Amino acid sequence: MLWDALPSALDLARFQFAFTVTFHFLFPAFTIGLASYLAVLEGLWLWTGREAYLDVFRYWLKVFAVAFAMGVVSGLVMSYQFGTNWSAFADRTGPVLGPVMAYEVLTAFFLEAGFLGVMLFGLGRVGNRLHFAATCLVATGTLISGFWILSANSWMHTPAGFSIGPDGRFMPEDWWAIVFNPSFPFRYLHTMTGAFLTTAMIVGAVGAYHLLRERRDILGRKNERARIMFSMAMWMAAAVAPAQALFGDMQGLWALEHQPQKVAAMEGHWETQRGAPLILFGMPDMQREETRLAVEIPYLGSLILRHSLDGEIKGLKDFPVDQRPTNVPLVFWSFRTMVGIGTLMIALGAVSLLLRWRGQLYEKPWFLRWAVAMGPSGLVAVTAGWITTEAGRQPFTVYGLMRTADSVSPIAAPALATSLALFVVVYFVVFGAGIWYLFRLFGHAPEPHEEGPRGHEALRTAGITPAPAVAPDAMRDARPAE
Amino acid sequence: MSAETVATIWAFIIAFAVFLYVCMDGFDLGLGILFPWVSGRDERDLAVNTVAPVWDGNETWLVLGGAGLFGVFPLAYATILPALYMPLILMLLGLIFRGVSFEMRFRSETPTQLLWWDRAFSGGSYVAAFFQGVALGALVQGVRVEDRAYAGGWWDWLSPFSVLTGVALLAGYGLLGACWLVWKTEGGLQEQSRKLARVFSFLTLGFIGLVSLIMPFLMPEFRARWFDFPAILLALPVPVLVVVLAWRMFRALDESGRAALARTEPTPPGHVLWEDGLPFLCALGLFFLAYTGLGISMWPLIVPPEITIWDAAAPRSSQVFVLVGAAFLIPIILAYTGYTYWLFRGKIQPGKGYH
Repeated sequence: MLWDALPSALDLARFQFAFTVTFHFLFPAFTIGLASYLAVLEGLWLWTGREAYLDVFRYWLKVFAVAFAMGVVSGLVMSYQFGTNWSAFADRTGPVLGPVMAYEVLTAFFLEAGFLGVMLFGLGRVGNRLHFAATCLVATGTLISGFWILSANSWMHTPAGFSIGPDGRFMPEDWWAIVFNPSFPFRYLHTMTGAFLTTAMIVGAVGAYHLLRERRDILGRKNERARIMFSMAMWMAAAVAPAQALFGDMQGLWALEHQPQKVAAMEGHWETQRGAPLILFGMPDMQREETRLAVEIPYLGSLILRHSLDGEIKGLKDFPVDQRPTNVPLVFWSFRTMVGIGTLMIALGAVSLLLRWRGQLYEKPWFLRWAVAMGPSGLVAVTAGWITTEAGRQPFTVYGLMRTADSVSPIAAPALATSLALFVVVYFVVFGAGIWYLFRLFGHAPEPHEEGPRGHEALRTAGITPAPAVAPDAMRDARPAE
Repeated sequence: MSAETVATIWAFIIAFAVFLYVCMDGFDLGLGILFPWVSGRDERDLAVNTVAPVWDGNETWLVLGGAGLFGVFPLAYATILPALYMPLILMLLGLIFRGVSFEMRFRSETPTQLLWWDRAFSGGSYVAAFFQGVALGALVQGVRVEDRAYAGGWWDWLSPFSVLTGVALLAGYGLLGACWLVWKTEGGLQEQSRKLARVFSFLTLGFIGLVSLIMPFLMPEFRARWFDFPAILLALPVPVLVVVLAWRMFRALDESGRAALARTEPTPPGHVLWEDGLPFLCALGLFFLAYTGLGISMWPLIVPPEITIWDAAAPRSSQVFVLVGAAFLIPIILAYTGYTYWLFRGKIQPGKGYH
C-alpha cells in the first residue's frame, strides 16, 4: 500500500515538530525585539516631542500587527504539538514542564494579548501615557514569555530539581532548581540578544533601503525617518553583536560540561585530543567517523573551549554510537552558519561606528547595500543556532534520560503524514501571504504623519483631516459575490 | 489541602477557562459563521472591528486550557490530544486562517485579495468551530486508553454524534456572534443581526435538545446522573432554566428591535445600551446551562469512560506550584481583560475604525 512507503511515525513527528517550531520562531525572533523597539520609540517621542519618532513608531506598529498575529496563531499550534505528537513525553514530563508552560500563559500571553488591542488601536483613544504603558506591557510580555519557554527548553537540555517516580514520570522536587536549571541563564541571554539583533538587522535593512532609494530634500538631507531607523539599528548592532559573541562563548562552555557530544559534533572532532585544532571547514563523515577535507587552525579549538593551548577536548568516538547526535553534518554546518553570520554582524556594527565617527553613516552606498543584504541574516542565524542546539542534543528529548524514540505519540504514520502535509501547505500559503504583506509594508517609505494600523481614521489625533488609505469606491465594489 | 482537593479546584479552574474560551472566542468565531449573510464590505468591516482589539485575548483562554491540562492533568493532555488528533489539527488550521485574516483583511490592496481573506476568515471560523464541536462530542462518547496511552485509531473520533455536536456548536457560535452584533452595532447591520439571532437561536435550542436526548444513552453513568433519584433533583432545573432563558432572549430581541425603531439619533460613542446587550447575556446564559449540563453528566470524569480528574492529576507539588500563581494572576487577568472591553465599549462607529 501507499502508506507503507511513508517514513516512520517517529521521523514524521520529528519533521513536523521541526517544521512547525522553525516556522513559528521566525515571528517571535522578530517581534520580541520589535516590541521593545516600539516601546523605545514611543518613549523617545513622549520625551522629546519629536514627531518623526511617532511616525517611525506607527510605521513599525503596522509591521508588528501582522508579524505578531502570525506568531500567535503559529504558537497556538505549538502548545498542542506536545500532546498531539509527543504524548508519551507529555505524560512523563507534564508534572515538571506543564506548570512552567502554564506560567508562560498566565504571566505573558494574557499580558501581550490583553494590551495588544490598546497598543494597536488605542492611540488617541486613551491618554499618551496609558498608551505608552500598554506598549511597555506588551514588550515586557514578550520578554516574560521567552523566560518561561526557554526555561522549559533548557530543562530538557539540563534537567534538574526532579526525581523519577516508579511509573517513570518526572516528579518535581525543587521548583527553583527546575526553572533556573544550569543551561537556562545563558540560553535566555543568548536567545533574547539574538532576537534583538534579528530586529536590528531588519529595521536597519528597511532604513538603508529607503536611504538608497529616496531623493534628498531641499536642504540636501535624506529621509529623516529612515535615518532614525538606520541609525538606531546600527547602534544596536555595534553594541549587542560583540556581546552576543561573549554569550555564545559562555553557552559553548556550558555545553562542553553538560553535552560534550554536541560540542564534539559542532567542532567536527571524532578523536579525543589535547591541543585540539579549530576546524574551520570540512565534511563530517558519519560512516568513516572522521571529518574529511578539514581546514584547521592548530590549538585554537582547545584555546576557545578550554581557554588553554593543551586543554583536552573529547571526540565523538569517546561516546557510544547510540548517544551521539544523529546528524553530525547538520550540527557542524548549522553552527558555522550561525557563527559566520554573527561575525558579519560584528563587522557591520564596527564599520558603522567608524562611518558614524566620520559623519558618513548615511552617505556610503556600499555600506547601505551591505545593511540591506544583512536584513534576513538574524532570522537565518537564529534558526541555525536552534538547529545546532536541538539537533545536537539528539537522540534525547530529556537529555540523557528520555529518548526521542520513546517520546512519540501512539499515532499511526498516515495520520502524521496527513497532518504534516496540511501544515506545510497551510503555512506556505498563509505565512507566505503574510510575509508578502510585510514586504509591501517595508516597500513604503516612512513618511510624515505616517498612518497607523487602520489608516488615518483609526488613529488620527485631533485636527488632522483623514484621507482614505485606498480608493474607497474600488473597495466598496469589492463585495464578494455570494 | 489534600491532593484531591487541589485537583478538584483545578478541575473547576480549567472548566472555567474553557468556558470563558467558548463564550469569548464563540462570538468571534460566530462573526465568521455569519459572514455569508453579512455581505457588504462596510458591514463586514464593522463586524470585524467589533472584536479586533480583543480577539487575541479571547483565544488565549484556549492556550490556558491546553497548557493547564498539560501542567495539572498531564494524563488527560497525553490521552485526549492523540485521541482527537485530526479534529484538533483541523481546528488549529482553521484558527490560523481566521487569526491572520483579522490583519490581512485590512492590508488587502485589491478587491480580489479582500474577497479571499474574507473567505479565509469565514472558512477558518467554520472549520475551527465545527471541529471544536466534533472534539467535544468525541471526548464525551469516550476515549480508549490502555497503559496510560491512547489505544484507538486515528478515525475513532468520527461518529454521527460527534458530527452532530460539531454542527450544534456552529449554530451556538452563530447565535453568540449575532447577539454580539446586536449589542455592538446599530442600523442595518443590527437589524440583520436580530434576524440572524432569531434563526440561530431556534437552531441552537433544537441542537441542545437533540444532544441532551442522546447523551444519556451514550453511557450508563450519564443515564444514572439524569434519571436516577435523587440526582435528578440536581439535574432537573437545567432544562427548565433553558426554556425560561430562551423565552427571555426572544423577548429581549423584540424589545431591542422596537427600541431601535424608536431611536432617531445614532448612539453616542462609548454609550452602552444595556437593553441591546440583554440578548447576548441570555445567549451566554444558554451556553452556561448547556455547559453545566455537560459537567453534570461527566463529573468527575475528565477522559470518559474511565479516567477521573484524580487519576489524571499531576503530583500535588505541580498543582500547588501553579495554583499559587493562578490564584493571584487570574483575577488580574480578568481585571485588565475587563478594562480592555470597557475601553472599546459601546456601538462601533461606522467609518471610524476603532472609535
